[in-house]
Amino acid sequence: MSREYLLEMKDICKSFPGVKALDHVQLCVRPGEVHALMGENGAGKSTLMKCLFGIYHRDGGEIILDGQSVEFKNPNDALHHGVSMIHQELEQVPMRSIADNIWMGRYPTKLGQIDDERMIRDTRELLDSFGIPLNPTTKISELSVSMRQMVEIVKAASWNSKIVVMDEPTSSLTEKETEKLFEIIRKLKKDGCGIIFISHKIDEVLAISDRVTVMRDGQYICTEPVGNLNADVLVHYMVNRDLSKRFPENNVVIGEEILRVEHLTTTYEPRVEDVSFTLHAGEILGIGGLVGARRTELMEALFGLRRIESGKIYLRGKEWVPGNSVHSKNSGLAMVSEERRASGIVPMLSVANNAVMSSLYRCINKLGIISPKMVEKNAQWVIDAMAVKTPTSQTPISNLSGGNQQKVIIGRCLLTEPDILLMDEPTRGIDVGAKYEIYQLMIDIARQGKAVIFISSEMPELLGVANRILIMSNGRCAGIAPASELDQVEIFKLAAKYL
Amino acid sequence: MEKKAELKKIKDVLVNYTIYIVLILFLMVIIAIEPKFLSLRNFTYILQQAAPRIVLALASASVCVIGGRDLSTGRQIGLAAIICSVLLQNSDYAIKLYPNIPCLPLVLPLIIAMVACAICSMINSLLVSKLRMVPMIASLGMQMVIYGAMSVYYDNITGGTPISGLDSSYTDFCQGSFYIGELRIPYIVIYALLVALLYWFIWNRTTLGRNMFACGGNPEAATVSGISVVKTSLIVYLLAGCTYAFAGFLEAGRTGSVTNEMGNGYELDAIAGCVIGGVSLRGGIGTIRGVLVGVMLLQVINYGLVYLGVNVYYTNLARGLIMLFAIAIDIRKNIKRK
Repeated sequence: MSREYLLEMKDICKSFPGVKALDHVQLCVRPGEVHALMGENGAGKSTLMKCLFGIYHRDGGEIILDGQSVEFKNPNDALHHGVSMIHQELEQVPMRSIADNIWMGRYPTKLGQIDDERMIRDTRELLDSFGIPLNPTTKISELSVSMRQMVEIVKAASWNSKIVVMDEPTSSLTEKETEKLFEIIRKLKKDGCGIIFISHKIDEVLAISDRVTVMRDGQYICTEPVGNLNADVLVHYMVNRDLSKRFPENNVVIGEEILRVEHLTTTYEPRVEDVSFTLHAGEILGIGGLVGARRTELMEALFGLRRIESGKIYLRGKEWVPGNSVHSKNSGLAMVSEERRASGIVPMLSVANNAVMSSLYRCINKLGIISPKMVEKNAQWVIDAMAVKTPTSQTPISNLSGGNQQKVIIGRCLLTEPDILLMDEPTRGIDVGAKYEIYQLMIDIARQGKAVIFISSEMPELLGVANRILIMSNGRCAGIAPASELDQVEIFKLAAKYL
Repeated sequence: MEKKAELKKIKDVLVNYTIYIVLILFLMVIIAIEPKFLSLRNFTYILQQAAPRIVLALASASVCVIGGRDLSTGRQIGLAAIICSVLLQNSDYAIKLYPNIPCLPLVLPLIIAMVACAICSMINSLLVSKLRMVPMIASLGMQMVIYGAMSVYYDNITGGTPISGLDSSYTDFCQGSFYIGELRIPYIVIYALLVALLYWFIWNRTTLGRNMFACGGNPEAATVSGISVVKTSLIVYLLAGCTYAFAGFLEAGRTGSVTNEMGNGYELDAIAGCVIGGVSLRGGIGTIRGVLVGVMLLQVINYGLVYLGVNVYYTNLARGLIMLFAIAIDIRKNIKRK
């Protein structure tokens, strides 16, 4: 008797410091089935797959593969038990050839020597069978992103696995290439493989999969046959949350235009292409989009951290060319960066020293040296104005909670008296209560006639705090509209516009 | 658009070959000042001096390819040299350190030296992969440990006199040569070529070699492809240790006299040679041919400056500048631009 399920993942739990990434999640895959896994950014899809593949070790739950309970120690283990995976971030060695990358870790040998001839022959056969016109000896670095992705797909298929996990395999494929991928998937399906297909593109999911499992905030929501679903139902499952009372009221009066960006395009990959928008005093502009939509890159370009190829920026009506971060600071811009621990705080320094870092010029006395009294005065302003909860200003900032660290950083930016505050994922990794306080701060800043641009992956946050929302999709602006005219479904569709 | 692509191509070629162009210009200046520099005899000398360094650089290059860095190589050379020279002194030598040890076959001291260096390298590798130390710092500490330990030993047994009076079988093995017509070819050059061949084979024809490039090029990709980065790195370091020992063995036999200072600074020459030859310090890139060319170019210039009678301090200045220049270009080639 054949079993109903090829793979069963039951009650999977996984925590990272401070976050419960997976909370009793389940996923069951039948043989010969394409099973789509859907959810917003951060819903836990990739984490779940990494638990399956032995990259992460689950805290609880059970994985049953082909009737046997398994626990993969590492990816090697998983591969040899018939589970292969296409990773979201392309895991390739760019300076090596296609053949080398495909057979990495299991090179064919003859008399202890690498059998290059066979490796290249096999690679050519593989590429031919999938109809990909590439030379096996070409270096990966010479390929386009979509071709690199095709190579990853070929590699995963070449393992002859029972389970093939595809984590956003189509994110940079053209329509024609996607069709080719679907052919590959149908072929694998006919061979009885189970395919786990992660994608943000609803149309694709509806077109290729048999069943869909939806996750939200690290929790299992439901599993449905694709026949019971349509785009609206699916988005509803993915984003449905109670939005009341999570956001303070934003009733700031919008003033005159202070920033205008026209056709901004950056020089180096990953590129921002042809983005235009305006920003007014007192306005909060949210930037939404999927991970990898190059929202951070857009912000970096504005702040002078990324080279601009073409396009114009007007600051208070005058053309302005970004130089470096010092120039930006002097022009009235400030930025709160995305990775608070990596590029925000200096963990070993005190709250006070972190607070005055950007504005030491305010703490210099008549003799031209730093006055501890003025450092203290400015630091105290940050602590009071941002309502930072800290024992003293001399406490190391690493002792504070994430939300309080973030408030110190926002305070640091405000000490430079900016007109425009750029914030990249300002509420990531902080708890709900602290989030509310950050939103309140953003609105207060806007009320003082300043403007705020913030990036967020959380749609409710964009809708709840921003006046207008700009949605990025694959480096381009997919749309910009007042928050009142948008809803989560609409944002989701726009975010996938240029994929 | 096409023109732009072409310009970029020219720029790439220039970046890739600047170091060769500069070094060859440098060489031409030396030849212009002293045309006699171009002689078969000098050529042989340079080859002879370069041989142990080529052996050393090949091992260093493997460590660089896997993304490591080894600053203890010079001291490991010294360690191997002391072990080999102490065990291979001529029985007739008046101040033989261990009069009771008979004349050993050459291979025995070599194996002992290899074991000693392999242990040092293994510790280096484990410090990096298990204790997550920065490779450079781990090997810097190791370098001082080795130097300290061998100096204590050296001082105790010799009282500071260089170890010499090496057995003729040993010196012949390392200093001998044969002739092809006018050209004298030292044996030692052949040994270096054999080691180069072995390394070429490992790099290009074995699973270890391929894994090494994969781990150095992208450790995450290697891991998800089922390669153990820890194991690969350990084997590469062990192999490097044995190779250092062989280089030390050759260097001691070539010079015929050993002190605890032998090998000092060789690691930087080796790394410089690798980088000039296109081995990336970020890991994952390098060719054997490049390493050979890099080490030879550096050695020719070294020798040339000595030949011209330039003050040794200036020679150091030149070598330092060449190394900085080579590393700057390496970084420029691979930098991720924003």
